Amino acid sequence: MIPGSDYLVIAIFGVIVATTVAGALLAVLSTRIIRSVCGLAVCCIGLAGLYYFLNSPFLALMEILIYVGAVCVTIVFGVMLSEPDEPSPQEKRHREMLWGGVALLVSAAVFWGVSRLGLRGNWPAPAVRATDGSVQAIGTALLTTYSLPFELISLVLLVAILGALVIARGGRRPE
Amino acid sequence: MSLHPYDHLGVYLVLAAFLLAAGIYGLVRRRTLIGMLISGELIFSAAALNFMALNRFLAPDPAVGQIFVLFLMGLAAAEVAIALSIIIAVYRNYSSIHSKELSDLQG
Repeated sequence: MIPGSDYLVIAIFGVIVATTVAGALLAVLSTRIIRSVCGLAVCCIGLAGLYYFLNSPFLALMEILIYVGAVCVTIVFGVMLSEPDEPSPQEKRHREMLWGGVALLVSAAVFWGVSRLGLRGNWPAPAVRATDGSVQAIGTALLTTYSLPFELISLVLLVAILGALVIARGGRRPE
Repeated sequence: MSLHPYDHLGVYLVLAAFLLAAGIYGLVRRRTLIGMLISGELIFSAAALNFMALNRFLAPDPAVGQIFVLFLMGLAAAEVAIALSIIIAVYRNYSSIHSKELSDLQG
């Protein structure tokens, strides 16, 4: 082991955490929707790094593939087909401030409560690990224990595609 | 228990709580449907991160949580597809996706 590599790993972890936080803030706080979508993509890249640190490179890859590659691109298509920028505030100034304060208060309370629950919880570590959580173990479990949910999720995706087509075509006039 | 920050469960749980809080803030504050959809995705990500952290540190079988998060991603993708088609249909009918203008009734 190279001396000092510990600090390098910790620094990389810090960069990944900062990427996730910055992406989430950008996704929530920016007024242009396209920047917000980019924030979501940055946040998902950070989450992929976190999954890598959680011993799951397979899910890190899937996160980038599905979220950055599919979800964000789909939302960009939605942005192109509609007119989504935040409207300039028309209501009165102090009502605007009031709603901002309420939203900030609620989210701060949720953050405080949930993180307090997470930090003070008594989490028992497992005595023995059944598998090592490798890609091989995931594949075996997907094709044996979880084969029925695996098939059902493909059915859900098919129904979602058909439903999206039907809904989006609904109001279009015939040529 | 080592001293590395990435070996502690609490770091991930607090980060997931932050993502959840950011998503809730966005859901309350955003005034367009796509902005609310993005905030919903943040909440989905918070749930997935919680699953992954608890799976890594506490689960007897670490493959189960990964499979669950994989299903969660599939459901999130389906949800985005449906929500965007609804948003496009709404935009076609109302010429706007600002949540304040999407009402037919007066008052």
